[in-house]
Amino acid sequence: MRAALFVTCVNDALYPRTGIAVVRLLERLGVAVDFPAAQSCCGQPQYNTGYRYEAEPLVRRTARAFAGHEYVVTPSGSCAAMIREHYPRIGRKAAEEGRGGELAEAAASLAPRVYELTEFLVDVLGVTDVGAYFPHTVTYHPSCHGLRGLGLGDRPRRLLAAVKGLDLVDLPGAEECCGFGGTFAVKNPDVSTAMGADKIRAAAGTGAQVLCGADNSCLAHLDGLLRRADSPLRALHLAEILAATEEEPLP
Amino acid sequence: MTGTYLGMPAFPEAAREAVRDEVLRANLRHATHTIRDKRARAVAELADWDRLRAAGKAVKDHTLRHLDRYLLQLEAAVTAAGGTVHWAADADEANRIVTELVLATGEREVVKVKSMATQEIGLNEALEAAGIAAYETDLAELIVQLGHDRPSHILVPAIHRNRAEIRDIFRAEMGSWGRPAPEPLGDDPRELAEAARLHLREKFLRAKVAVSGANFMVAETGTMVVLESEGNGRMCLTLPETLISVVGIEKTVPTFRDLEIFLQTLPRSSTAERMNPYTTMWTGTTAGDGPAAFHLVLLDNGRSDTLADETGRQALRCIRCSACLNVCPVYERAGGHAYGSVYPGPIGAVLSPQLRGTGSAIDASLPYASTLCGACYEVCPVAIDIPEVLVHLRERVVQGGPVTRDGVRVTLRPADGHTAERAAMRAARLLLDHPGALRAGERLLARARRLAPRRLPGAGRAWTDSRELPTVPAESFRDWWARERSTPR
Repeated sequence: MRAALFVTCVNDALYPRTGIAVVRLLERLGVAVDFPAAQSCCGQPQYNTGYRYEAEPLVRRTARAFAGHEYVVTPSGSCAAMIREHYPRIGRKAAEEGRGGELAEAAASLAPRVYELTEFLVDVLGVTDVGAYFPHTVTYHPSCHGLRGLGLGDRPRRLLAAVKGLDLVDLPGAEECCGFGGTFAVKNPDVSTAMGADKIRAAAGTGAQVLCGADNSCLAHLDGLLRRADSPLRALHLAEILAATEEEPLP
Repeated sequence: MTGTYLGMPAFPEAAREAVRDEVLRANLRHATHTIRDKRARAVAELADWDRLRAAGKAVKDHTLRHLDRYLLQLEAAVTAAGGTVHWAADADEANRIVTELVLATGEREVVKVKSMATQEIGLNEALEAAGIAAYETDLAELIVQLGHDRPSHILVPAIHRNRAEIRDIFRAEMGSWGRPAPEPLGDDPRELAEAARLHLREKFLRAKVAVSGANFMVAETGTMVVLESEGNGRMCLTLPETLISVVGIEKTVPTFRDLEIFLQTLPRSSTAERMNPYTTMWTGTTAGDGPAAFHLVLLDNGRSDTLADETGRQALRCIRCSACLNVCPVYERAGGHAYGSVYPGPIGAVLSPQLRGTGSAIDASLPYASTLCGACYEVCPVAIDIPEVLVHLRERVVQGGPVTRDGVRVTLRPADGHTAERAAMRAARLLLDHPGALRAGERLLARARRLAPRRLPGAGRAWTDSRELPTVPAESFRDWWARERSTPR
């Protein structure tokens, strides 16, 4: 099986380790990974802030970059939700505003081929035990777009629970937003920080060593708060945990 | 809407105060978490919740699409039943109609049933200016009124107050409005409720005029419906001689049978009760029973303009249950006052900028008062996709576009104050739309990683004031891939 990796702009520039982990994980599971270099950002920051016109070229670019791929896998629930939920709306709006049906067609073609990493693993590959090893206590924060936008359900937790050596502990108030929210984090910094502070307090209270998530943008916010507070708790992307094995443990 | 909120600072500044108020945050956290857990249990009891939700959405959408027809049917039914219908295009007109109706009775005081519509138009203030005293009779509204305060929640207007604060307000203020609080007065809920009961009883028995809103208006029969928990509303709806109801035009449902849906979904969503304790329905007037005169003021006040917007109009499905407030993590931290409107929380963030327009600083900031986490959509009993409307209104703020104002189609220009952001978005898009340039930018960033400051200047400070920046890696993923995978291994 072949799959194209949509690494996302945040991971490309700031969290390459997550992208590398996805490549290693998928290859370990027998999937050949392509990385179309024409890919860029999904346009979520622009779209969610109200700049729909600025998002349009990125919708077009993303659709073109993955035109020939049957499976597009991304380690970000919010970027997957952007493509699946909002690309069709952006396309429809463009058509309504007299800019033709091209974007709508691009969206309709791409959206069903895009999978968030845990969906791809559980639904397409049909695995929950990916042969990972991570001997630490972990608590999982389900980011909102994965949880409510994509309906990931317990897929991430099932994958984590199957990791050898991993002790998964419940995060109180797990389904509450961490307060990142894209540009919300800088437009409403006080509320954003208050929400994040409650989240890391809840995570620290579980006794976990690692706060795991499946969206590095949310984790950047939480990790930023943890480091400012000199917390021993470490924020980590799910893919990195799933990629770790006894032979190649997480550095 | 009411002038009370004019000059409100934009949401981020207003929220900053609330976030720092430890007592307020504790009050809000306790109240919202209690009610959200209870709501979830009450909703889970119904096996057909999803179908009720879909049915409520469908009935409301259908009614809104044919609102002109149903309003005329409603007017005919109310008139035939002995009521009088008045049409109010805006707050001023509604206030003038109500004031004249009260003055015509010769009375100088009215008792009020808790009503969002009258809060929205600032009726109490308008009546006061005409020398008419308006007494709120809902317990929480009474607390807010006595405290010279503003409501901070749709259903629980005094949610931001704890018991000790309420006792202090009762002791200090009741005497100047009527029967004073009993002495001594503790902060036990039973004692506080009894003090309010005694204070209000005097007013119920004296008042000749009552003012209410309505939760629903049935077009086919002309029936008004009020749901409440305390029974104080029923006192106002049955004892006085004249009853004046101010109701938003979107509260219409076509048939009596449609109530079957909402009488299940509203109580469970709002108070987490299977059924609310008091449901009062009246149709026009009945000789020898209840008010002898009934006036219905149908309030537009921006609703027709909202109706003209295909995406935004879904906000008019709202049945004011406030479930979205109780699950909203932003509301929980910012409190209701920060939204600068009688409609706080997620629904306020989509309703206010539509009813009032996005012209003021507060209204332009409200679409951004959300992380788009989607919890509000998930609990909404009429399935309003609040995140979708928020993004739609953000587009209106920063891109401009067509809107309807006072029935006229106009094209809004982008709001002021977004110039730097717009430039940044455009620059980012240019960079992101050219992967070669993006790659060069990433390399530049990687080379300068040792120079990365701990605190950023300008807009970036909003991040670095409270959070560390991510550590810039030595190599982007793109470069790693080029090195490791694009050449044969």
